Amino acid sequence: MKVNDLIKKDLFKVINEGSDTDREIGKVFCCDLLSIAMGKAPAACCWVTVMGNINTLAVATLTDAAVLILAENAALDDAALNKAKEQGVTVLSSADPIFDTALKVYESL
Amino acid sequence: MGENIEFKYTVENGEFQRAGEASSDVKQKLKAMGVDPSIVRKVAIAMYEGEVNMVIHANGGEITVTVDPDKIKMVLDDVGPGIPDVEKAMEPGFSTADDNVRSLGFGAGMGLPNMKKNSDNINIDTTPGKGTKITMEVDLKEA
Repeated sequence: MKVNDLIKKDLFKVINEGSDTDREIGKVFCCDLLSIAMGKAPAACCWVTVMGNINTLAVATLTDAAVLILAENAALDDAALNKAKEQGVTVLSSADPIFDTALKVYESL
Repeated sequence: MGENIEFKYTVENGEFQRAGEASSDVKQKLKAMGVDPSIVRKVAIAMYEGEVNMVIHANGGEITVTVDPDKIKMVLDDVGPGIPDVEKAMEPGFSTADDNVRSLGFGAGMGLPNMKKNSDNINIDTTPGKGTKITMEVDLKEA
């Protein structure tokens, strides 16, 4: 499933539509500790987290995640939102907890 | 090809908001040069960990990235406190980061191990009280 297919499913709120929504989504990855995510997030993953600061965007960019989903309606601060726009990262938001959010994605892959 | 290309960056002290800018820039440049995505990813991750370490521990520093036909070399040079026990610092989970750093999601003691994992060659030259110079190389052959 591509990033734009996930957006079209309307399961999540779109916070920022990135520059490469034609990308295929690989694994679903859940983690809130950036130290771990930096080492373990697979390329092209759909990363689900509640951590919405600017460093989250840096990690998403550098690990080459396909899409970032903020669970529990976790907010993205202004600096982080600007970074998402600047780096062309697709960011979605979900009211559900991390597991339920990740499961929804997994079931639609 | 054949000619070496060099990029230089200054990492500012305490600039957590900007940590990652140098790594993101290198990532974009390597991508534009047509370097294999899996190699770009290794370089980006290894360099970002180093960049964050400089912000957390070393009052910033200088990063020089050199691309030659065989490899990408990153030299991270700081005048920070140095690493008293490198072997200990390489242990996954060992961290000296403070609570502020941890509240941002870092400081889990994965930085150096992750730098090692993502580089084909790493050398740590450190003197307590003087600074640390880390050299990492990522091979361009065999993606």
